[in-house]
Amino acid sequence: MKKGLPLILVFICGILGIIQYFAPHPVVQDTDNFFRNNLLKILAAFALVLGLGSLLKVHMDKIKRKRENWQYSWVLIIVFIITSIIGLFGGVTGEGPLPTRIGSFSFDNQTIYDNVIVPLGSTMFALLAFFMASAAYRAFRARSTEATLLLASAFIVMLGVLPLGDRISPHLPSFAQWIMDVPNVAGQRGILIGVAFGILATALKIILGIERSWLGGGGE
Amino acid sequence: MAVILLIGLIGVAPPTHVRAYDTPDDGGGSIMVEWHLSQDDAILDGYEIYRSNDGDVYEKVGFIGRNRTRYEDSNTEDGENYFYKVVALKDTLKMYSQASQPVMSSPQWFDLPKLNILIACVIFGGLILYFVYHARKGKELYIRKIAGLQAIDDAVGRATEMGKPILYTTGTGLIGDIATIASLNILGEIAKKCARYDTQLINPHLDPIVYTVAREVVKESYTQVGRPDAFDPDSVYFITDLQFAYAAAVSGIMVREKPATNFLIGWFMAESLILAETGASTGAIQIAGTDRVPQLPFFITACDYTLIGEELYAASAYISKEPLLLGAIKGEDLGKLIIGAALIAGSIIGLLTKLPILNLFK
Repeated sequence: MKKGLPLILVFICGILGIIQYFAPHPVVQDTDNFFRNNLLKILAAFALVLGLGSLLKVHMDKIKRKRENWQYSWVLIIVFIITSIIGLFGGVTGEGPLPTRIGSFSFDNQTIYDNVIVPLGSTMFALLAFFMASAAYRAFRARSTEATLLLASAFIVMLGVLPLGDRISPHLPSFAQWIMDVPNVAGQRGILIGVAFGILATALKIILGIERSWLGGGGE
Repeated sequence: MAVILLIGLIGVAPPTHVRAYDTPDDGGGSIMVEWHLSQDDAILDGYEIYRSNDGDVYEKVGFIGRNRTRYEDSNTEDGENYFYKVVALKDTLKMYSQASQPVMSSPQWFDLPKLNILIACVIFGGLILYFVYHARKGKELYIRKIAGLQAIDDAVGRATEMGKPILYTTGTGLIGDIATIASLNILGEIAKKCARYDTQLINPHLDPIVYTVAREVVKESYTQVGRPDAFDPDSVYFITDLQFAYAAAVSGIMVREKPATNFLIGWFMAESLILAETGASTGAIQIAGTDRVPQLPFFITACDYTLIGEELYAASAYISKEPLLLGAIKGEDLGKLIIGAALIAGSIIGLLTKLPILNLFK
């Protein structure tokens, strides 16, 4: 029963997921919408509580056992409590009963998001430029035939999109574009065909209960 | 000036042959209206579409520019009769067409243009099931070696010998992404190895639902190999649902905990390079896998092994060596063979039909 019920549910939801793609009738679409949106949202709400519980538990444990850098766990817990209180009682943009403004200084959830989360996310995103440079250096070291080919094609493509490329040869930009449009797209499509089959096979295996690793293994 | 005067005197020609029909292959609530262009189409502002329930009182439901012959009224009640008129509009001049025949919209049970997709799914699904059936009967199946998956045992063994943990991330995908589900399948198999060798597993998550499922997967895997006591509930945990906060947190784990092996398997976006490069800088063996084509070059560059596209989906079968799952891989391969043959045949036919010699037979 412990594994039978999830398998039955997966079978029903999986078959419905396939049917809704082919049947535009509102009866099918509404049922699918109910499962996909309403039911999933309820599940997500419960899962979020479990997730936050896990986050707090891990950090409380870290503080309790005084593990390395345990002080930072206090930062997380305190900030978690403060933002939760502001969000629950102050509303998203300060419309709640809790005052979220002192003079011209606002600290409602939206302000915190715009001025703390967004810049921090942007900082992480900006780091990509440096990571990309180090990855490019690693990839372009001509240690093998494939790496040499990669280096050569990357060099042509980069030169082709620069004004300098056109000065060197008027054919260079179109050759660079050909590399992008033909060998590059051919490789990508090859991968995508394989992915499509993989998705089809995985979906079938899960719907029919052949693949049960997600239940923790193939045993009964 | 003379033209304007003439238009003012005799008006403009109305559109003709107005035809309304239920929009095919839809979920109802929509009627398609078609007409022949007005003879004065070139000087018109456009066409107004009018609708009536009884054929007497019409209300405007839409406007479309000139040189157009079709309008979709997507605001109809199914099962109710509608009449349509199309009006040629020039400034304040309006010329009404004849009313269309009454029409009613209705929802369809099958989207006919998707029939080819259904047939393809049935054929390829049938192939997969055929090989699964053969595998069930005990037929030996040969599966080519996948370097990334063969390295898993070594990677887990290395972590065990070094006494360091294994980091496994399913990426930033949600539970609806099939790559995440494939990743969870692989996680189950790796968790079994970790349980057998008593190696610490670290499994941080971005999505609370994926976290909940992953926790159960890991727990069940430990139980499957008879080590439920070795399962640490805190080894699988939720961090945040923000992409770059997650990337920062996992990078931090890589630097602080220094795992011997990093598994980056699932659905990734821009964070793929941040994670892969950070992991590479710590000296860990890295096995990555994703079906996201734009992220693959980053993984190939920064990781020791990369599961490319379909290999991600074949991984759980490959690791578990379960005959039924291996049968499905065989079916996939045959499907690809058919597609490959079709592509080659199509290319040859396409080339042949463009040969100048064929013009002689025209």
